[in-house]
Amino acid sequence: MTESGKPILYSYFRSSCSWRVRIALALKGIDYETVPINLIKDGGQQFSKDFQALNPMKQVPALKIDGITIHQSLAIIEYLEETRPTPRLLPQDPKKRASVRMISDLIAGGIQPLQNLSVLKQVGEEFQLTWAQNAIISGFNALEQILQSTAGTYCVGDEVTMADLCLVPQVANAERFKVDCTPYPTISSINKRLLVLEAFQVTHPCRQPDTPTELRA
Amino acid sequence: MKQVPALKIDGITIHQSLAIIEYLEETRPTPRLLPQDPKKRASVRMISDLIAGGIQPLQNLSVLKQVGEEFQLTWAQNAIISGFNALEQILQSTAGTYCVGDEVTMADLCLVPQVANAERFKVDCTPYPTISSINKRLLVLEAFQVTHPCRQPDTPTELRA
Repeated sequence: MTESGKPILYSYFRSSCSWRVRIALALKGIDYETVPINLIKDGGQQFSKDFQALNPMKQVPALKIDGITIHQSLAIIEYLEETRPTPRLLPQDPKKRASVRMISDLIAGGIQPLQNLSVLKQVGEEFQLTWAQNAIISGFNALEQILQSTAGTYCVGDEVTMADLCLVPQVANAERFKVDCTPYPTISSINKRLLVLEAFQVTHPCRQPDTPTELRA
Repeated sequence: MKQVPALKIDGITIHQSLAIIEYLEETRPTPRLLPQDPKKRASVRMISDLIAGGIQPLQNLSVLKQVGEEFQLTWAQNAIISGFNALEQILQSTAGTYCVGDEVTMADLCLVPQVANAERFKVDCTPYPTISSINKRLLVLEAFQVTHPCRQPDTPTELRA
């Protein structure tokens, strides 16, 4: 915690995992400080000794809150949900909660890790784009189908949930990797509806303390 | 997603192993698989997500197919080694008898199968004494024994215990 007692979020403006947590903090009205970790500069600031002590996985985000440090974006969000329960990010009904977690895990475990920076580095430059696109396309093919039965206004019913916090950043990644989202009308329309909400706007990569000038909104 | 596992229960089908486990925990709450304290729950989820999101997806069958046969072993080993390096460090502050304290949690359910994968991919686990000793303690428990890959309905004869 800072001297003011505020939570500290270690974040990279363009990290989709960091964006999920930023949205959760915004929705719950939790004031925090950002320590930017640039994943590319200086060979990647996530590899510094200090940051590695904070998160041995050497990834963002990490959140210092209530005297502990948590990493893994969904573990952070579930902690926020359990300690600051309003507004809800998970429905009350266990079956709907299962849908929210299923969609969140599909994105956070089934798509994003396959197209994150460290994996793409291993794949080699000439294959990176295709590799990332394949990861996203496979995942979105499944997600589009799943949303047929779960979605209302948003991913699960008509309230914003943890699933939506995962969806928007992943769609942004899809756009960055030039994935054609025409086959995914449900994903696209939910994404559009979410992007007009304030919490998704203020936390957008184009409005972060570490957003480069040329990408700033 | 064309992956296992999927569970048909209470009139619904759930996939994603951790989503399934959390549903079981919420609907059949005893014995607990997550501690009561939110900070300990965060540790359990953090470890579970590290394994289920940070290691396993990088060394599963469909990814290895894309990597190409000559690179598969190294690729899988790298994924596991990176993850286990981090996990061994994290366990220094969370572990008791098991991954988080002295009760079996969802984190332990993720650990044992991942160590089995590590063995399959010939990862040297000497640098991971905490992972190894927790794994050993868990493997003697009945639930980990009866569910072992060597005792399943579809276990091939030559691999059967």
